[in-house]
Amino acid sequence: MAKKLRTRKHKVVLNRSKGGDAGITFMLVVLGAFMFLPMLYCVMQALKPLDELWMFPPRFYVMKPTFANFGDLFSLMNTSWVPFSRYIFNTVFTSVVGTTGNLFFSSLAAYALAKIKFPGRNVMFQTVQLSLMFHATVTTITSFVIMSALGLTDTYWAIIIPAWGTSLGLYLMKQFMDTAVPDTVLESARLDGASELKTFWVIAMPMVKPAWLTLIIYSFQALWNAGSSIYIHSEQLKSFNYAIQQIVAGGIKRAGAGAAATVVMMLVPITIFIITQSNIIETMGSSGMKD
Amino acid sequence: MSEKAATVTKKAVARKDMTKRQWMWKEMRRNKVAYLMVAPYMLIFFLFTVVPVIASILISLTNFNLLELPDIVWLDNYVQLFCNDDIFLLSAKNTFIFALIVGPVSYFMSLLVAWFINELSPRIRAIVTLIFYAPSISGQVYVIWQYMFSSDRYGFVNGTLINLGFINEEIAFFEDASYVMPLCIVVALWMSLGTSFLSFIAGLQGVDRSLYEAGAVDGIKNRWQELWYITLPSMKPQLMFGAVMSITQSFGFGAVVTALCGFPSVDYAAHTIMHHLEDYGTQRFETGYSSAIAVILFAVMVGSNLLVKKVLSKVGT
Repeated sequence: MAKKLRTRKHKVVLNRSKGGDAGITFMLVVLGAFMFLPMLYCVMQALKPLDELWMFPPRFYVMKPTFANFGDLFSLMNTSWVPFSRYIFNTVFTSVVGTTGNLFFSSLAAYALAKIKFPGRNVMFQTVQLSLMFHATVTTITSFVIMSALGLTDTYWAIIIPAWGTSLGLYLMKQFMDTAVPDTVLESARLDGASELKTFWVIAMPMVKPAWLTLIIYSFQALWNAGSSIYIHSEQLKSFNYAIQQIVAGGIKRAGAGAAATVVMMLVPITIFIITQSNIIETMGSSGMKD
Repeated sequence: MSEKAATVTKKAVARKDMTKRQWMWKEMRRNKVAYLMVAPYMLIFFLFTVVPVIASILISLTNFNLLELPDIVWLDNYVQLFCNDDIFLLSAKNTFIFALIVGPVSYFMSLLVAWFINELSPRIRAIVTLIFYAPSISGQVYVIWQYMFSSDRYGFVNGTLINLGFINEEIAFFEDASYVMPLCIVVALWMSLGTSFLSFIAGLQGVDRSLYEAGAVDGIKNRWQELWYITLPSMKPQLMFGAVMSITQSFGFGAVVTALCGFPSVDYAAHTIMHHLEDYGTQRFETGYSSAIAVILFAVMVGSNLLVKKVLSKVGT
């Protein structure tokens, strides 16, 4: 580490003790093992044949990897009362529609809050920022009452519509627009006679690509990982994750299929994150909160 | 063009002749499009975030149960909670223990790891970031802890401990009141390197490098001094944001606990306010009573956030 710093453009030697480097590396390895080993164990379990799953003493690593558990998972899926493709459709549909709407409505609002000076903008943004301070569990019960009053319970909309108004998405988008979109560019577009909507769509949006990728990932992740919801009671409207949980809950004899299901579920968000990581980090650069 | 300029100057002159309200009205009309743009988001946000909070406060003063017309009972629900509901007091204690450990530890772990990996090369940093961030985005991957700590000798932990002779009989980790809470805390910590972690990574990357060089010249002796005097003050906005994310998250692990320990957990050992809320709100349908629980939870979350923000504003001073 010390060497790297010295070779950067400027030639000032920062104070980097060898002992410090060693200590940091050690801590990083210990914490990294704590994070990584359970994930690895999950993959190992998913690849273990039956006799290795029920072996004493248990081994961490798989000796004869097999995809049998994934096969079991699919045959378990076929025995379910509601066809499994229906659960998959439910999750894909709510994730896609929820994320699209969230992206569109949040960035529209974020643009207005960041770039147009109108009475009430501060109050609105402060309210959104305040709402980051409490977890959505607080509002589930009363949201349920509101949903029933609007006739939304037990429809896809009960999942989708609240996802259109999440506070973190708007917050990150607005903060990023504040810094990434220069006012002068917008000013000249307005002087050229471009409408506010057109300025938003043609000029601002392409400039904040990292932010909307981040918003997509956050929204998609939340919807993709959504399990059972108190707003949905019809079996055929429930999520993929809920169905997977039923398999996992099927007890220890399904341990292999359960681990396989977990691996399947985690592949999607992890893949998306790998692709978009640098964009997310860039967005987070402006996530800071000035009180 | 010239016409536009003229209207602008006209407005500037006109403002002095108007009362504040008239001017605001004029500004609102001039920015009609802005209101149209925020309208869809704000409508949904108000309906599903703001209104529920206000409604909870109002409903908590009644005995509403979704079926009958409610009567106003004022603070009875709160009196009941604090004076007659032992399980609530237990759940409050559990919530505080849980949040007081998970919140700060996950916050400092996020900050330290982000700081450790800050000087690695970008490619290695990306891989390490993925390793630390993955558990928080992988949905229900936490069930793997159930397999690791499963109650028979084929579970990895039990089997290994028996094999090595530390214990003679399997321990039913998730059914034993003395293990439930510590295990849930470990799992929560394991999946807690989320948004705040990414925000810290970005914040550290954003610190102006020339400040470090100036610091080295000014006699900063080691990396700890550098962290305290230069790095942390430069990324204060991220520290604030990360704190909010960590605190809010530390109160939101109810579903994980339920998945690992069942509902209710053995002897209510991992029963938190979230579970109490769920119990009265979605199983017993005592909406008034559960609203009172929600209001308390809301006050605790927002209160601890505001408190921590106040503390953090002193960093580096």
